[in-house]
Amino acid sequence: MQITVTVNGEQYVRDVEPRLLLVHFLRDELRLTGTHWGCDTSNCGVCVVWLDGTPVKSCTVLAVMADGHEVRTVEGLANGAELDPVQQGFIACHGLQCGFCTPAMMMTARWLLDRNPDPSERDIRVAISGQVCRCTGYENIVRSIRWAAEHGGGAHPAETEPAREEVRA
Amino acid sequence: MQVPTAFQYEKATSVEHALELLVKYGPESRVVAGGHSLLPMMKLRLAQPEALIDINDLDELSRIRVDGDELAIGAMVRHAELLSSAVVGEHFPILRDAERVIADPIVRNRGTAGGSLCQADPSEDLSAAFCALRANLVTRGREGSRTIAVREFFMGPYETALREAELLVEIRVPIRSHASAYQKVERRAGDWAVAAAGAVLEMSGGVITEAGVGLTAVGAPQFVAERAEAFLRGGPPEDERFVEAGRIAGQDCNPAADQRGPVDYKRHLAGELTTRALRVAATRAMGQEA
Amino acid sequence: MTATEERPVGFGRMTRKEDARFVRGHGTYVDDVQLPGMLHAAILRSSYAHARITSVDTSAAEAHPKVKAVITGQTLAGLKLAWMPTISYDTQAVLATDKVRFQGQEVAFVVAEDRYAARDALALIDVEYEPLPPVIDARRALDRDAPVIRDDKENQTDNHIFDWSAGDKARTDEVFANADVVVAQDMLYPRVHPAPLETCGTVADMDPITGKLTVWSTTQAPHAHRTLYAMVAGIPEHKIRIISPDIGGGFGNKVGIYPGYVCAVVGSIVTGKPVKWMEDRSENLMSTSFARDYHMRGEIASTTDGKILGVRVNVIADHGAFNATAQPTGFPAGFFSVFTGSYDLDAAYCSVTGVYTNKAPGGVAYACSFRVTEAAYLVERMVDRLAAELAMDPAQLRMRNLLRPEQFPYQAKTGWEYDSGDYPRALRLAMDLAHYDDLRREQAAKRAQFQETGSGELMGIGISFFTEAVGAGPRKHMDILGLGMADGAELRVHPTGKAVLRISVQTQGQGHETTFAQIVAEELGIPPDDIDVVHGDTDQTPFGLGTYGSRSTPVSGAAAAMVARKVRDRAKIVAAAMLEVSQDDLEWEKGRWFVRGDPDSGKTMTEIALAAHSNLELPDGVEGHLDATCVYNPPNLTYPFGAYICVVDVDPGTGQVKVRRFVAVDDCGIRINPMIVEGQIHGGLADGVGMALMQVIAFDEDGNCLGGSFMDYLLPTSMECPSWELGETVTPSPHHPIGAKGVGESATVGSPAAVVNAVVDALTPYGVRHVDMPLTPAAVWRAIQGRPLRTDLAIT
Repeated sequence: MQITVTVNGEQYVRDVEPRLLLVHFLRDELRLTGTHWGCDTSNCGVCVVWLDGTPVKSCTVLAVMADGHEVRTVEGLANGAELDPVQQGFIACHGLQCGFCTPAMMMTARWLLDRNPDPSERDIRVAISGQVCRCTGYENIVRSIRWAAEHGGGAHPAETEPAREEVRA
Repeated sequence: MQVPTAFQYEKATSVEHALELLVKYGPESRVVAGGHSLLPMMKLRLAQPEALIDINDLDELSRIRVDGDELAIGAMVRHAELLSSAVVGEHFPILRDAERVIADPIVRNRGTAGGSLCQADPSEDLSAAFCALRANLVTRGREGSRTIAVREFFMGPYETALREAELLVEIRVPIRSHASAYQKVERRAGDWAVAAAGAVLEMSGGVITEAGVGLTAVGAPQFVAERAEAFLRGGPPEDERFVEAGRIAGQDCNPAADQRGPVDYKRHLAGELTTRALRVAATRAMGQEA
Repeated sequence: MTATEERPVGFGRMTRKEDARFVRGHGTYVDDVQLPGMLHAAILRSSYAHARITSVDTSAAEAHPKVKAVITGQTLAGLKLAWMPTISYDTQAVLATDKVRFQGQEVAFVVAEDRYAARDALALIDVEYEPLPPVIDARRALDRDAPVIRDDKENQTDNHIFDWSAGDKARTDEVFANADVVVAQDMLYPRVHPAPLETCGTVADMDPITGKLTVWSTTQAPHAHRTLYAMVAGIPEHKIRIISPDIGGGFGNKVGIYPGYVCAVVGSIVTGKPVKWMEDRSENLMSTSFARDYHMRGEIASTTDGKILGVRVNVIADHGAFNATAQPTGFPAGFFSVFTGSYDLDAAYCSVTGVYTNKAPGGVAYACSFRVTEAAYLVERMVDRLAAELAMDPAQLRMRNLLRPEQFPYQAKTGWEYDSGDYPRALRLAMDLAHYDDLRREQAAKRAQFQETGSGELMGIGISFFTEAVGAGPRKHMDILGLGMADGAELRVHPTGKAVLRISVQTQGQGHETTFAQIVAEELGIPPDDIDVVHGDTDQTPFGLGTYGSRSTPVSGAAAAMVARKVRDRAKIVAAAMLEVSQDDLEWEKGRWFVRGDPDSGKTMTEIALAAHSNLELPDGVEGHLDATCVYNPPNLTYPFGAYICVVDVDPGTGQVKVRRFVAVDDCGIRINPMIVEGQIHGGLADGVGMALMQVIAFDEDGNCLGGSFMDYLLPTSMECPSWELGETVTPSPHHPIGAKGVGESATVGSPAAVVNAVVDALTPYGVRHVDMPLTPAAVWRAIQGRPLRTDLAIT
């Protein structure tokens, strides 16, 4: 069936099978391969993208479900040549090694900081608890997100939605 | 990566439309909400529906509201919304406790309260929590609406009282003066429960006037420990009685061994967590009374 | 040359060069490779652990409109490719012909137009099986009535693979016979899986015109793979190019050659198109290289006042259905014989028996440094067992028995020559960082309270001191399938002074593009940002055995330093010609040769590089340019070590374990980039917590794998990991050109014992002396009840 999905601000029209997973739509159809997949059971979280401004595991969303909706991926994180503070933080604090979980971690980090510009270590650990990293032992991911918070990485004016009640899980 | 078998797909635009589609596609069709139980099963090819009816766009099912002396939770309310809702947190700490430990934050952004109940997974935390709360479920079918007590909703593992072409639309929980808590043991953050227990206590004049004890993942009939509830009813909220209620709950459940643990351990946990949940609920009640 | 604090010219903290692409989502992993006309493949796998195949009907699958080829064991048998050699001189079925021997074994390979269709076609293949009784419990594999798994092998009448021993048995027996105290403990290091987040996969592209095979593969050892493909498939080696692009974690999982890789190559030859095959997660967990699975009986002997005299070990090693363990030849149990650990013993002996079972093949993987992991766990558990027996503080017992600095180089009783170390210093530092005495006081108070009230949490403190043996290895002693374990490096300095380093090892996250540039920078004074590191492509890099066993820095890192020194020597000749002085009059300071006694007369590397490519007249017999190559053959392994202290809180009512603190002091010699070293340690510590608390691949009695998805095979999250507290000591390796030792696996080796020791310590009030990993809530609770769980089998 034909679907129209806005990804990183650009509209894409594609004809897809209903069973096509969103992660495959992004990777194979749109060639946005920054979003990865790592399991079949929505446990590992390397496939996290934003759907209508909320992080979801794109291996457990059908592409057709995104029809008429907006998706944001790691490729839409930087502002042109200027890296998002979250991206800068991951570089500055060695928040990545093999890089496989990194895009998804950063998408969640960006979302967390948009809602909670000054998260505690605990807040950060909870926010990324559905995403596995096999390399870093999480230590430097936590530090990277803190770094971003401390270097202008808090709420992005353009991206900020009205604060929800009780944003901290 | 594992992928589902082919199916037809329809996006419902209203509850009525969803019901029409369910009739049109018949018994081999499935409703998909958050999809976080169904889609993994489809990828593993444990479920192979011929058609999916997507109800994600039904905003009418996505509200949390106070309706008279009941809290009404739309079937499409996401776990994350339930967790962050101030009114839920105020009146039903058991739901907040449970939501904090259901899957992980990203899954909670997508998974829904209604979907969790309709999946009727024996390990589903919300089933036990809503059973402890004695919630009512509102459904819509071609013949209209009906209300089912949640304790009569679960017919067995992965089986519910929903009829063909019938949709769960709302969960209604009576707002009463009560205290509640949920305690879960998991092998790791985000894992399904090894066992969990929810407790709801209504108290008056130092006596428990009504008790709800919900049990997760231990094969408790209808997710509850009725004898433990009966034991607590009419007595004082004392620690020894919580221990005894736990002992009864442990006796009355019927856990199965798996890699999460052997039967004796799960039975022990059912008791231990029941006692602990009752303690926390009672402490919260004191806090409220003070 | 401009050094800044952020960008040192040489060693030091420096952000990684590779990160720029990763944070933008521009890494290129195997599944990101998309070629014109590329087809997709999927593998049909056995649902049985042990069964005879009576028929395979592929007709319906072949009739699927999108299917291009279906390959079975019979197809491969016709090409003499149904079986392939393993790294351990055994054979492994590529696609099963006679029997299936583990659940998840490869049976048929489908090539289709897209990945969804390939998956669909699997359901159309009809395989008839005649189920056979499986061998699941390694301890029963050698029973007389056990079914013979490898009846394909001539003269194989049981499930025995090898017996191997190390140390002096007679001397050890004598020491034990005369010892005041002997403590024995059975323990299991259960089967685990490295589970990198990127699964294994390959894109094979055989060009039908040139006959050139290009393989993009998730491999930690591209050169070794090239040679093996040439040997197995008979394709001339110069017509094979292996590209190991960005790799989403390896941890040993990506050392071996898997049937899927071979099938993809065959698929590309058969269809004339590029073929991509990527495992799903279940395939990864159920069929590719597992790790550990050592059933061990340890014994430790000491005097009554705690002088450790000897250690004796017997092991049943479960190798699965094919002996595909990746070990140097002659080391069937890897470097397990380093189980004497960090102690000065009178005698030590181990014997290891390898057996076949109906489980996935493999046997060495997962950041284990060739089974140093099992060895370190064994000895560190035994020392704690002894401490409990003697009622001694485990830190004190270790301090008393650790090797002293003056004993290095130390000849271990099982043959290893430890190169360097100051063990007591590391342990003291760890104890200081942890505030060990305060912790013990806190524990005593909590214990008293617990005994009084019967409720509350139990606190445990666990210590582990490990010595690793990494950097395989000296060619004389170590090879894999006859390929010596030396590594090459090539360095080219361009006329403008920028350089390209080509190395035989490659990164799966370790940051080689940064650290190897830093090594050359340290030697030549060229900024690391001016040095490109090329790796992971056999057409572009010199031969070498790859990245595993913490060998990149000890072997290839040494090659990088040596090749840079060659260039520096050549630069000296050029500088002498430029300055018209004798070479003997030149002195080196980082980045520059200058005239002794006249520091203003000198030439920088940039100036020298241009001159080397110019018409400058050089002495007779001296070639121009500044390029060099080298092969480094390590004289010995390197022996990193560390002292770890873990603090846990155990809820005895539920059996839940919370890791409160983890202090890790590592000594890996000179640190090229401390930031990266610390990252390596962080990751290994998380692995240790994961293995100690949750990771296990268990099997039920029918041989069904009970850890076949991430719902069942649990990996630690941010919630189970504490904030790691690191410390360091630096004891340079005396034989390594830059004094460095490997570190990639240190924390994985050292940390599990610290966690288990801590939990067992917490359970002391219950009289618990040992609990087998993983210490799930159920396992801990059952240990408290005195009815321990067997963690490698289905829980009943």
